[in-house]
Amino acid sequence: MTNITMRSVTNLSAIPKEEYLYKCTSACAGCSSSLCLRYVLKAAGPDSVLVVPACCTSVIQGIYPGTAMNVPVYNVAFAASAACASGMSEAFAAMGRETNVIVYAGDGGTVDIGIQALSGAFERGTNFLYICYDNEAYGNTGMQRSGATPLGARTTTTPGGKPTTKKDLDRIVEAHNPPYMATACSAYPLDLYKKVKKALSIEGPKFIHILAPCPPGWRYPTEKTVEMGKLAVKTGTWILYEREFGKLSISGPSKAAMKKPAPLEDYIKGQGRFKNLSPDIIDLMRQQVQQNIQRLAREEAGVC
Amino acid sequence: MLTIATGNKAVAAAVKAAKPGVIAAYPITPQTEIVEQIAEYVAGGDLESRYIPVESEHSAMAACIGASVGGVRTFTATSSHGLLYMHEMIHWAAGARLPIVMANVNRALGPGWNTWAEHTDAFSQRDTGWLQVFVGTVQEAYDATLMAFRIAEDERVLLPMMVNLDGFALSHITQSLDTVELGDFVPPYHLPHAIDTANPLGYGPMTGPDDHFRFRWDIERSMRDARGVIAEVEREFAERFGRSYGPTEDYRCEDADVVVVAMGTLGKEAEVAIDRLRDEGIKAGSMRLRWFRPFPDLDLAGREVVVIDRDYSFGFGGVVAHSIKSKTGIEPYSVIAGLGGQEVTYNDIADFVRNRRPGTETWFGVSDHV
Ligand SMILES: Cc1ncc(C[n+]2csc(CCOP(=O)(O)OP(=O)(O)O)c2C)c(N)n1
Ligand code: SF4
Repeated sequence: MTNITMRSVTNLSAIPKEEYLYKCTSACAGCSSSLCLRYVLKAAGPDSVLVVPACCTSVIQGIYPGTAMNVPVYNVAFAASAACASGMSEAFAAMGRETNVIVYAGDGGTVDIGIQALSGAFERGTNFLYICYDNEAYGNTGMQRSGATPLGARTTTTPGGKPTTKKDLDRIVEAHNPPYMATACSAYPLDLYKKVKKALSIEGPKFIHILAPCPPGWRYPTEKTVEMGKLAVKTGTWILYEREFGKLSISGPSKAAMKKPAPLEDYIKGQGRFKNLSPDIIDLMRQQVQQNIQRLAREEAGVC
Repeated sequence: MLTIATGNKAVAAAVKAAKPGVIAAYPITPQTEIVEQIAEYVAGGDLESRYIPVESEHSAMAACIGASVGGVRTFTATSSHGLLYMHEMIHWAAGARLPIVMANVNRALGPGWNTWAEHTDAFSQRDTGWLQVFVGTVQEAYDATLMAFRIAEDERVLLPMMVNLDGFALSHITQSLDTVELGDFVPPYHLPHAIDTANPLGYGPMTGPDDHFRFRWDIERSMRDARGVIAEVEREFAERFGRSYGPTEDYRCEDADVVVVAMGTLGKEAEVAIDRLRDEGIKAGSMRLRWFRPFPDLDLAGREVVVIDRDYSFGFGGVVAHSIKSKTGIEPYSVIAGLGGQEVTYNDIADFVRNRRPGTETWFGVSDHV
């Protein structure tokens, strides 16, 4: 699986100093998905290949012949990443290679156009790690709605706010019974790092869904990227957990937040995409947050 | 070893001999028998490949792309709607310079649903950078598939290759098949740009106009070089295994006044028509066009030409007829025939020649001429 031995990581200083994502990326200022990628690669180490469909990450690498990455990056068509990774993983297996195959795909390339390939690869038990970094819109093409855009959010194709709710990707993936799946958030890099490490230590299809706040998409000042991620978790809008062989455990930062979530308005008010939300929509959003918290808390407690 | 097989089984047997590391495929009539037979080989331990039963053709080609760049030989097979569903990845495979080999069992496209032979599917992929050969017999389906790995993987080529065989008319008919002991005819897979984590590179990143243009020119240069490589490989194949092929298969052409050009099984059928016409004193010959990309130079000067197209480019004309016109300057008699598996016998082909009207086009059995 991985040639990196598991070591206990309790604090940020245990994260390797090696950089696989250089400072010369073309990411927007305050881009949290590139921050996440940096930690993902630190956890995965040098014997890894990234498979990247069309998304912001296609741009972040920079323009040929330069590259901002210190691992091989295989760019592939929008709908194709999970299938391409399937082929690559089988090829490595045929050659007896242990190289990590990691898809790093946006929410659009995962919940919309790429979901067929994702579902196929998981059903077939492909040995790979699929990471969806979720900035809740199509960033690459200028912030159109995706299936992962939340209710009420304004995008360039939902100028009046998205009328429908966010597609529940995690429950779709969960239905495939992968040996490991987790949620993460860019504001909690240590948690992400540990989850990537754990995922890569397990054979079979693994999945990590990272909430990745995006300043131009969410319309907040660039310096608030970490704060925005923290608020998503503290309000219970985004719940951090992992599911190992089906068994759910809520991750540290979400444990407290789920007991006593911060007011939802704290999360909404700083984001231009949620400007002028009607009280009805805010009520619906609050109900969703509560339902999710209750569902996951009950499951963790073994109450079904 | 002499045996009998369908066109599909012959392709599968060639794949077994070439031992790809990964095969990813999705079934579609009339290709299905190929992927079933390969699955049997793998399940029975006769072929040590990893078989990925993907959920769609888009994914089949994507998986081949991942595996090919990952460092192993790859194969897939499809037909018709499957090929078109792959279209995006077909471009990707060629642009990424991956020597994927694919059998395409030529079939019409809907609507309505028609599972019989037509070349429109392959021709719709004309400008993707794939090499394309069209075969006429079960033996040739086998031989061309073996040679495809050799040609595609040659460092002077490094382009994917499609072996086309007519749906049912060849995929499902049984003929004798002589399988070979491959020996070192197909060397171990080596891709100079296979992924190597010790030497990290970006594959297919954002590329500006100048580099893009250079990459496209590089594909064209390889297409041109491929002509020599194809000739070399076909020559070596003939020396080793005693069966020879060329850009065209010519039949009684030397002294012919009129030459029939067709592809696939219609090209074979034309040979019988030529014998009839010769008996009547008409000096006819046939030239079965085997290669579509790269398109060969044809020696047709000073003769009348009858082209049979099992395809059509709407609002324009038969694809082969127009290709020949633009290559040779000859105004052929263009017959559109056999679409959707329409039966075209040697008698019909003889009629095309007898009633030829150079510079015009007719749709066999539909328009009033012929
Ligand atoms: C078949 C196809 N359709 C559309 C596009 C254009 N396109 C490129 S990236 C993209 C959106 C990507 O969004 P997401 O996956 O959420 O990633 P992000 O850009 O936000 O990182 C779109 C629509 C494409 N490349 N291919
Ligand atoms: S649009 Fe958002 S996700 Fe994309 S690079 Fe910019 S900040 Fe990052």
